Amino acid sequence: MTHSRNPLLPRLLIALAVGLTLILVVAPLAYIFARALQEGWRVYAQNILDPATLHAIWLTTLVALIVVPVNLVFGIAAAWAIAKHRFPGRGVLMTVIEIPFSISPIIAGICYLLLYGRQGLLGPWLAEHDLQVMFALPGIVLVTLFVTAPFVAREVLPLMQAQGSEQEQAAVTLGASGWQIFRRVTLPNIRWALLYGVVLCTARAVGEFGGVSVVSGNIRGQTNTLPLHIELLFNDLNTSGAFAAASTLTLLALVALVLKALLEGRKEG
Amino acid sequence: MKTTLLHGVALAFGLAAASPALAQDKILNVSYDIARELFEALNPVFAEHWQETTGRTVTIDQSHGGSSRQARAILEGLPADVVTFNQETDVDVLAEGGLLPEDWRAKLPNGASPYYSLPAFLVRKDNPKGIEDWDDLAREDVAAVFPNPKTSGNARYTYLAAYAYALDQNGGNEEEAQAFVKAIFDNVPVFDTGGRAATQTFAERGIGDVLVTFEAETGGIAQAYADQGFVRVTPSLSLFAAFPAAVVTEVAEKNGSTEVATAYLEWLYSPEAQEILAQNFNRVHDAEVAARHAADFPEVRLVTVDEVFGGWDAVREEHLADGGILDQVFVNR
Repeated sequence: MTHSRNPLLPRLLIALAVGLTLILVVAPLAYIFARALQEGWRVYAQNILDPATLHAIWLTTLVALIVVPVNLVFGIAAAWAIAKHRFPGRGVLMTVIEIPFSISPIIAGICYLLLYGRQGLLGPWLAEHDLQVMFALPGIVLVTLFVTAPFVAREVLPLMQAQGSEQEQAAVTLGASGWQIFRRVTLPNIRWALLYGVVLCTARAVGEFGGVSVVSGNIRGQTNTLPLHIELLFNDLNTSGAFAAASTLTLLALVALVLKALLEGRKEG
Repeated sequence: MKTTLLHGVALAFGLAAASPALAQDKILNVSYDIARELFEALNPVFAEHWQETTGRTVTIDQSHGGSSRQARAILEGLPADVVTFNQETDVDVLAEGGLLPEDWRAKLPNGASPYYSLPAFLVRKDNPKGIEDWDDLAREDVAAVFPNPKTSGNARYTYLAAYAYALDQNGGNEEEAQAFVKAIFDNVPVFDTGGRAATQTFAERGIGDVLVTFEAETGGIAQAYADQGFVRVTPSLSLFAAFPAAVVTEVAEKNGSTEVATAYLEWLYSPEAQEILAQNFNRVHDAEVAARHAADFPEVRLVTVDEVFGGWDAVREEHLADGGILDQVFVNR
């Protein structure tokens, strides 16, 4: 209809989109690797193999290994409850799950600190029982759980809602048990959305900075996650170290994104 | 996946619960953000010293961050056995919170400050504008770079040092001192939020003629950007900046680390430690070590906050409070 009026316009828009992507996304990412490798592979390897950096990589991986499975279970359970059942407070639950999307992570960090910190609500009890939650792994895991809570549920929920519960009902009439229905009917239907949610959740868990920085305590070699460690190296004027660590984190994120792209391809194919 | 999860959770709580009562000594030193390399150099030497004198091994963990923020974290339960800060007021905050005694300054020599520094200058190669003292910073053609004194403790020292210099020059005229400081502030092109950002503004973006920061920093920056040939300049008069150290007695007693924590801080006064501190451009009290490094530390007349301003409480009320003198010279620009 109108697209033939100006043949230049679509090309201009394409050029604009490609240009902006190059300037805003590709160039900075390429620059991270260029800076990381500026002083050669040997220095790069040394930077990565620094014990504090290695520990940060390990800690970030550990946090993801705890957080992602928990969110997987929670996400399926929440989506299942909301999509397949009617119960009072269903709408509220749906909204509550999404809160972490709209709240800045630093608020999560501060809330947990005010709850579990020494001066907080549960602080005295925890101190009495010698449980260190804040400024230790449990605190980091809790905050990351909060921040990543919606990812799996949000991916799975629309699919479950669209599919309705006819297939499950059919399975029930055929005499299948609850677990059988879940494994044979529900899970196959949602598996791509589930994997997609897991990938996003992992990427977010690995990259979380703001909330974790409040509860980490920045103890090098103990509670410094990779994003925190990068900031610390950068502030130390250790630019090559910071960029080397940043390149590892970027690689982790890129791997997650490539996985996501592959999954999307399979979903459509 | 299930086993990973259980394993992870078990590890998480195991790790947290197992921290006290280890066979070997262990302390957490919570420190300011730019002291990482300094303590990386100091800690192994202390560990060796501790092994020799007691036969025990010690692990020293480090946490670095803005010192006010670190104080806040300790109040909320970051289990610091010792603090090594760059702001006395941040140790006072811990004392107010009941984590260490009010008279912490009396627990170690020199007001519990094992080393000290002062606001000093870093100028561009060959000092083209001939910047030697605070009055050069007030010149129309000189742009100084330092962070925002509202957010940065470092810049608060800069502000107070310039103010003290002016009072000294004009015989104590407050109004003239305020005009002098305002003249300096008017020529500042960017106020970054922290010391490291100001350093980047000066060194990497090439903005300004002189960077004002702690002398302990100017040495490290000159080394980090050796290719730019920055020159360190010490003004004729500056403000004594303590680097206070204290045992967080509440935590240390609970961890059973009081002995090693105290020994660690006392050791910072030993010639061995003072040498490392001086090598990192901190001024030290040990006369012999100071004499050896005299070339790095030009003569300067040092005044203290107590002498010029009547203590930190008075500074907070008169200068730093909302609507105080700092706001008047700073906001009106």
